[in-house]
Amino acid sequence: MSRKDWPLWEVFIRSRSGLHHKHAGSLHAPDAEMAISNARDVYTRRNEGVSIWVVESRHIHATTPGEKEELFDPAEDKAYRHPTFYDIPDEVGHM
Amino acid sequence: MQFRTMTAQQQQERFEAIIEAEGKVEPKDWMPEAYRKTLIRQISQHAHSEVVGMLPEGRWITRAPSLRRKVALLAKIQDEGGHGLYLYSAAETLGVSREDMVSDLLTGKAKYSSIFNYPTITWADIGAVGWLVDGAAIVNQIMLQKASFGPYSRAMIRICKEESFHQRQGYEIILKLAQGTPEQKELAQDALNRWWWPSLMMFGPNDDASPNSAQSMAWKIKRISNDDLRQKFIDQTVPQANFLGLTIPDPDLKWNEERKAYDFGEIDWEEFFNVVKGNGPCNKERLRDRQEAHANGEWVREAASAYAAKKAERKEAA
Repeated sequence: MSRKDWPLWEVFIRSRSGLHHKHAGSLHAPDAEMAISNARDVYTRRNEGVSIWVVESRHIHATTPGEKEELFDPAEDKAYRHPTFYDIPDEVGHM
Repeated sequence: MQFRTMTAQQQQERFEAIIEAEGKVEPKDWMPEAYRKTLIRQISQHAHSEVVGMLPEGRWITRAPSLRRKVALLAKIQDEGGHGLYLYSAAETLGVSREDMVSDLLTGKAKYSSIFNYPTITWADIGAVGWLVDGAAIVNQIMLQKASFGPYSRAMIRICKEESFHQRQGYEIILKLAQGTPEQKELAQDALNRWWWPSLMMFGPNDDASPNSAQSMAWKIKRISNDDLRQKFIDQTVPQANFLGLTIPDPDLKWNEERKAYDFGEIDWEEFFNVVKGNGPCNKERLRDRQEAHANGEWVREAASAYAAKKAERKEAA
């Protein structure tokens, strides 16, 4: 495997316990172990994380911009899914 | 799932609407070929500049005057390597390969910021590089945080967050020298004399001589013109030099009350274009050092690949 074949990895970092892992960026590495090791050097030089996930980019399946309307527009007219849709008298207090 | 296929006209309109609405264009969105090409060129040049920028400072790691200065310099240089990697990744989302970008740098086909073709001949130069060169870079990069291409903008936000220590550590070095013995102060002044004009050139040619700027600004990749950025840098830097008791090497520099900005002298654009063309004091040395570093790292890349392959085989056999 030459340098050319090093796959791209996506790096996800949990900034502290209790929070989700969040996408931080990507890098090239020959295997998962090196990807984690590189991710530590590239993305956590200032205590940015307590945990790292790496996943080869080719394993990520994604929606395409062309699907945006079909997928996400239907949620736009469903205000009744939000608490502010419902009228509760002020006297009832916080609910 | 039904995919909506858009006509070329609709795609162009959608792209323009994103730009107009101060939105971000993401890698999978349709974008004009020229926008893509401009970004690839700009982001990869930016990445190369970070990587080549490690060289003039690397020269001083073993000669830093104290452990405090040495750890700071090491951390700064490591950041620059990291910044190069963020930017290469951002460029790759546009469909260019890392391999090709690195090869363009090593063959001399790609450009990087000309400022790194100047030598760091004294310790004070390390201070001047942090204070002035990083200071100028930050002015530019703060603007680029708002660039219309998502991955570039995100890389810039990360870089700006990390970069402010670079400038402060540089200013601290110069400050200590400026407050030191007459010889030390002389070193600081000498560094300012040599780095001032090249730092101003970092913002690129004057607006009327910068033909690509208008398109970049229309695309909201660039948000502020070269001359306006340069003025901003000068206005913020002159008081810092005054505080140090150092003299900026420009006899025409003076406060313009009407403009609420500093007037300054003519930049030697002949020098600028000469360095861009490859005739600066260190162009050849920088390229040679990058080529050597890459060649010397070949066995590490090979070993990492071989180790990964061996582990994968063992896993299969188990």
